Amino acid sequence: MDFSALRNLISRYCTGEENWVDSRTVYIGHREPPPGTEAYIPQRFPDNRIVSSKYTFWNFVPKNLFEQFRRVANFYFLIIFLVQLIIDTPTSPVTSGLPLFFVITVTAIKQGYEDWLRHKADNAVNQCPVHIIQHGKVVRKQSRKLRVGDVVLVKEDETFPSDLILLSTSRDDGTCFVTTASLDGESSHKTYYAVQDTKSFNTEKEVDMLRATIECEQPQPDLYKFVGRINIYQDRDEPIARPLGSENLLLRGATLKNTEFVYAVAIYTGMESKMALNYQSKSQKRSAVEKSMNAFLVVYLCILISKALINTTLKYVWQSNPNRDEPWYNGKTDHERQRHVMIRAFTDFLAFMVLFNYIIPVSMYVTVEMQKFLGSYFITWDDEMFDEELGEGALVNTSDLNEELGQVEYVFTDKTGTLTENNMEFIECCVDGHVYVPHAICNGQILSGSSGIDMIDSSPGPDGKEREELFFRALCLCHTVQVKEEETVDGIKRGIHQGKATSFYISSSPDEVALVEGMKRLGFTYLRLKDNHMEILNREDEVERFELLEVLNFDSVRRRMSVIVRSSSGHLYLFCKGADSSIFPRVISGKVDRVRARVEHNAVEGLRTLCVAYKALSQEEYHNMCQLLDSAKLALQDRDRKLAEAYDLIERDLVLLGATAVEDRLQEKAADTIESLHKAGMKVWVLTGDKMETAAATCYASKLFRRSTQILELTTKRTEEQSLHDVLFELGRTVLRQHDSLTHDTFSGLSSEFQDYGLIIDGATLSAVMKPAQDDSSGNYREIFLEICRNCSAVLCCRMAPLQKAQIVKLIKASKEHPITLAVGDGANDVSMILEAHVGIGIMGKEGRQAARNSDYAIPKFKHLKKMLLVHGHYYYIRIAELVQYFFYKNVCFIFPQFLYQFFCGFSQQPLYDTAYLTLYNISFTSLPILLYSLIEQHISMDILKRDPSLYRDIAKNCLLRWRIFIYWTFLGLFDSMVFFFGAYFLFDNTTFTSNGQIFGNWTFGTLVFTVLVFTVTLKLALDTHYWTWINHFVVWGSLLFYVVFSLLWGGVIWPFLNYQRMYYVFVQMLSSGPAWLGIGLLVIISLLPDVLKKVLCRALWPTSTERIQNAQKLYQSHRSEFTPLPLLNSSRLDFEAHNVNPRRSGHRSKELMYTHWRGSIGYCTFSSTLGPPGIGRMHRLVGLETSV
Amino acid sequence: MMASGYSAKEEDGHHPGASGATGSGVAKSKKPDNTAFKQQRLPAWQPILTAGTVLPAFFVIGLIFIPIGIGLYVTSNNIKEFEIDYTGADMSSPCFNCSQGPSWNSTWPCHCSIAFTLDQPFESNVFMYYGLSNFYQNHRRYVKSRDDSQLNGDKSSLRNPSKECEPYRTSDNKPIAPCGAIANSLFNDTLELFYIDPNGTRTQIPLMKKGIAWWTDKHVKFRNPGGTNLNLSMVFQGTAKPVNWHEPVYELDTDPENNGFINEDFIVWMRTAALPTFRKLYRIIQKKSNMTPTLPRGNYTLDVTYNYPVLSFEGRKRMILSTISWMGGKNPFLGLAYITVGSVCFFLGVVLLIIHHKYGNRNNSADIPN
Repeated sequence: MDFSALRNLISRYCTGEENWVDSRTVYIGHREPPPGTEAYIPQRFPDNRIVSSKYTFWNFVPKNLFEQFRRVANFYFLIIFLVQLIIDTPTSPVTSGLPLFFVITVTAIKQGYEDWLRHKADNAVNQCPVHIIQHGKVVRKQSRKLRVGDVVLVKEDETFPSDLILLSTSRDDGTCFVTTASLDGESSHKTYYAVQDTKSFNTEKEVDMLRATIECEQPQPDLYKFVGRINIYQDRDEPIARPLGSENLLLRGATLKNTEFVYAVAIYTGMESKMALNYQSKSQKRSAVEKSMNAFLVVYLCILISKALINTTLKYVWQSNPNRDEPWYNGKTDHERQRHVMIRAFTDFLAFMVLFNYIIPVSMYVTVEMQKFLGSYFITWDDEMFDEELGEGALVNTSDLNEELGQVEYVFTDKTGTLTENNMEFIECCVDGHVYVPHAICNGQILSGSSGIDMIDSSPGPDGKEREELFFRALCLCHTVQVKEEETVDGIKRGIHQGKATSFYISSSPDEVALVEGMKRLGFTYLRLKDNHMEILNREDEVERFELLEVLNFDSVRRRMSVIVRSSSGHLYLFCKGADSSIFPRVISGKVDRVRARVEHNAVEGLRTLCVAYKALSQEEYHNMCQLLDSAKLALQDRDRKLAEAYDLIERDLVLLGATAVEDRLQEKAADTIESLHKAGMKVWVLTGDKMETAAATCYASKLFRRSTQILELTTKRTEEQSLHDVLFELGRTVLRQHDSLTHDTFSGLSSEFQDYGLIIDGATLSAVMKPAQDDSSGNYREIFLEICRNCSAVLCCRMAPLQKAQIVKLIKASKEHPITLAVGDGANDVSMILEAHVGIGIMGKEGRQAARNSDYAIPKFKHLKKMLLVHGHYYYIRIAELVQYFFYKNVCFIFPQFLYQFFCGFSQQPLYDTAYLTLYNISFTSLPILLYSLIEQHISMDILKRDPSLYRDIAKNCLLRWRIFIYWTFLGLFDSMVFFFGAYFLFDNTTFTSNGQIFGNWTFGTLVFTVLVFTVTLKLALDTHYWTWINHFVVWGSLLFYVVFSLLWGGVIWPFLNYQRMYYVFVQMLSSGPAWLGIGLLVIISLLPDVLKKVLCRALWPTSTERIQNAQKLYQSHRSEFTPLPLLNSSRLDFEAHNVNPRRSGHRSKELMYTHWRGSIGYCTFSSTLGPPGIGRMHRLVGLETSV
Repeated sequence: MMASGYSAKEEDGHHPGASGATGSGVAKSKKPDNTAFKQQRLPAWQPILTAGTVLPAFFVIGLIFIPIGIGLYVTSNNIKEFEIDYTGADMSSPCFNCSQGPSWNSTWPCHCSIAFTLDQPFESNVFMYYGLSNFYQNHRRYVKSRDDSQLNGDKSSLRNPSKECEPYRTSDNKPIAPCGAIANSLFNDTLELFYIDPNGTRTQIPLMKKGIAWWTDKHVKFRNPGGTNLNLSMVFQGTAKPVNWHEPVYELDTDPENNGFINEDFIVWMRTAALPTFRKLYRIIQKKSNMTPTLPRGNYTLDVTYNYPVLSFEGRKRMILSTISWMGGKNPFLGLAYITVGSVCFFLGVVLLIIHHKYGNRNNSADIPN
């Protein structure tokens, strides 16, 4: 029993660093530490089995049924079905049981199949072999048998079987490369580090000798966070404790690359691995249409219940006369007579409910689901949203929100990578105020002498030369860029080109790549990181070696990063690079003013600027820093905070070297897209972490702000001068004054007569505004702020933290109009905002796939948003709106005659229609036309929708599902059903309408009503259809024909399986009489007349802009020839590119390696492509070609 | 009827030359097919309902409907119909006594005769109906109270009728044939028509009882058990007659072609009426020759064998004589409706014409705000 362990224990408890509940201890290789060091508390961990399946063979039926009947609609139909089974109801249970059974079965089969696939996948994963070190030998085991504490051997290109702590690798420096493509979509190779003390273990034997424990936190889903500590026991000494961070943790699902093998120990297994913890599905978003639909449903449910109530009451009033209740010709059974009147009344009520239940049809849910599911394919199929360079089109992650795309009022967009290309190009650097431009670029072609430097101003003196080189070295050293060396693809050694090894720079930050490549052009080439030494090639082609001592990683709070290096001459330097705002306050000398001026100049130009500073360190200083860092890194709790404090202490008293400027080009058609969105009445907000000047420049470039826009600033700069309160009120007044004067003209937002406002706000001010009220006045800030925002056409929020982005979205979402919001972004920092907004759109960007994965829809480029919203969104909205309204309408038409019939049949629940008609009406006679309509209707052509964004305003605010319109449709349904019923009634009125004097019965009556009904509702849809393709013709006329054929067949045979033959020859007999035909024609026309009249009158007298456009569409059609060639041209150009470029992908990654057969030249060229706009794309590729190392 | 711009959108079905010659395989597999359907560019007819395009439709409807309506109305008016209520609810009615008597269990047939005068001669075939009102043949309990397979001659159903027939399923533990409330309440008044010559002699008018039921009902849907077996009483042995009937089903008629389940009066009754006031075809008075009207002008008596009680449920019984046109019996509704709709359409056409002239140009010239 030695002291150290005790001390360890005491210190641990005293400092309260650690809480046993929140951490776990893992014994590597299941070997207990030397006895007595600590009480061995065996902890139980789950095995490494992954269970993603929901059901087992046994619980599938009950669990699936339970899940399905938890949906309100299914439950409702189940209840109806049960009622039909239990009590004596007018319609057979088949009428509702069959559709329900069908829906439930199909869903169950689908879910069962999906679950079966999941089982298969689970099994494949759980049974795949892993190599475990046991007693110094490699043993193969099934993955599911892996336990916490097992030491695992993973070879190159294998996937990690659980979350592992890296012990050692085949590489001498104890690093390995990993791609986490399947986890977060980032296919870049990330470097992971082995524990320092174990990295030398190279054989199983050595690993087996290791005695160590790992203490770490209990599993949590954050992929990028991990804190732990490894205690290594050597020779019964005091254990050596080493910190473990996320850089030591290999995640399950990631793949080992470029490393022969690694030894690692499992710490989180099975369902506790971070990947499994991330399985959790996102919360379901519901669209506004769905909410309206539910509201309508409630209304109809009320109608249904009141109908049943009215009829039940009337029945008992009417029956109070016993001769009506039970006339001599219609006796009751004894059983019926003996029943209590209350029970009878209740069963009657239920029977009426059953009779009218079709007013809420199962098929509506099915159709809506099908519409959404099938309809979303049009997005993925869209050729115009396909990106040739990325090789991907739009992606639909959820189809529930299709129509919401047509309802967007606020667009929140990220700047970098969304509005801009996130394709950085080094533009210039400024050293002590001297500006260097790496290349004179002429027409995209690099002039010869690619390492030449163009000096903008006079050359610096010899002193400046030294600073200049220090600056370049700083940029070459202060980064986390990796060099990816030669790679073999398809048997062709790609690296060997022109006798030189070719390598690529890879980094998670494109800025860094741009900077390092820029430096290369300026003469300093970063070669590689070898044995912790960074090698750079200077202008004299000499290799300089710097020992990399520490990396102070970049984070978005500090907004800077640093490295500490030791030069070959033994000098210690700290190089720091970061945003101007985070560097300038820490600078003590250097030409701050000149650099600042240049930085601001560049920022206004829309360039991304970084400042570079350095500090020469003494040995002693360095020693202190090391201690500071180590203690922070060792902490188990609050490590992040402690690290941040340490960094803060280290990165100070810097000497400013200069600044860089990197251009992030606007995405193609970004400005055009923003302009369209504006015209469509959407408010576009840019939320960015960038600094105000850069962001504002981008906003001007992207036409978010126009020259005429009056900019309102709400920034720290202003609030320093005035109090926040005053600024807010002043801005509020300005905006509101304007607002009052044009309230009458709000709709013509296009006329630029009035001033439009743009607001710029920064993160700090925003949090001040959002801060919960401390006194009364600040409680209003939020309201005033919202009021200002509402009146601004564009808002720019800069310096935003990721969470603030989500906050803003939430704020707008919760404002009193409850506008529909859309967030679009490409990076991990946009995920919170994407999840928060009603519709989240991810750009398949270069910063990994996190945004795209968490989004509802993913598109390759920002410009595709235009088509997504203006065309697809618009179409989906009008389609689903018609679908919902029409479904309610056709069921009113269907059921209301049955209700009326009760008044003529003694409230006896006699159905008007035959069972087959009741069952098939929604399933087959009237289902396909509306489904097809809701899939392919186009009331205006796509080109016009794209050309005229203001049409989007016509459908804003869920306007096709307003109560007014809903009531119109319902009343139309009521009118039509009255026409059907009373039309047939008067036709039948106490007379015959056959030419042989024979009389028709009640089933003929019902069939007549039903025939008129089917024809009317189908023709009503036909009148609403504006886009008649051959499929529409086929389906509309086909369903009518099907109805007729079915009726002929149904009535033409004595069906042996039926116990009644009530429909026998009814339909034919009806058609054999002339007046029936005349009556059907007449009633159909009367029913359609008011709707046609309303449409025509509204169009003539109060046309909406949509209708104007439709009227004028003919004009367009005559001019078609002018613009039709465009898509053709487009496609042929793309095609031309497809001929020349053969993109080869190893995952979807920003820096694809491209591969081309260049104009018939011999051999292959290798280059890293720059993704430029297609027009000059080839030139850019040439650039890439020549500049690759 | 509609504005039609047939815009055949170009169907750029295939990428020119996107064949795999260049081997762009990886990228191509993800690229969506460029078909007209997937790109939502199917050629389509895009009609719009505008005043201008609907106008002709309205006029056409007006022009077609008004003549049809007039034709129907005239036809309907030319139909002669005579109706007489013989319920006997009134003290003055000759059938009053009969109507008051105990009904079903009465063994004595009650006769009454009602005199009436036809003011106009009835040409061509005359159809004789009986009408009942306030009789809910469409009551749910009533409608389903039958066994179609029994009526179709199914022997097992004959012995064991459907449960739906309750409480008219069995009687004295014997199955009822035909079972159910509908059959049980078969209309059993006998109506006879006599022409009173101006000189006072009564001549019975021959009433045809065939051809009153649907052909398919008589020949397919209704069948006697045992098929063409003429000895119906044997077939129906072991079954009971419906409680309200005076004679069993095989004694409905002497004509074997009209007896048992295929008795046409029975079949007509079994087709339940749609509304509580209905009429059913009873007999056909066929035209004798072209020279004399079927029913000349003059006095008639209707002799009723009064069996059927209706007063208990405040019902009425009527006898109707009617001629028939191609459009059936007298019903001015269809004609009037056609005339009304036609006129309304015509009127609306005029209104739309005005609107079209006043506003139409404005709309068509309206430029797209762009």
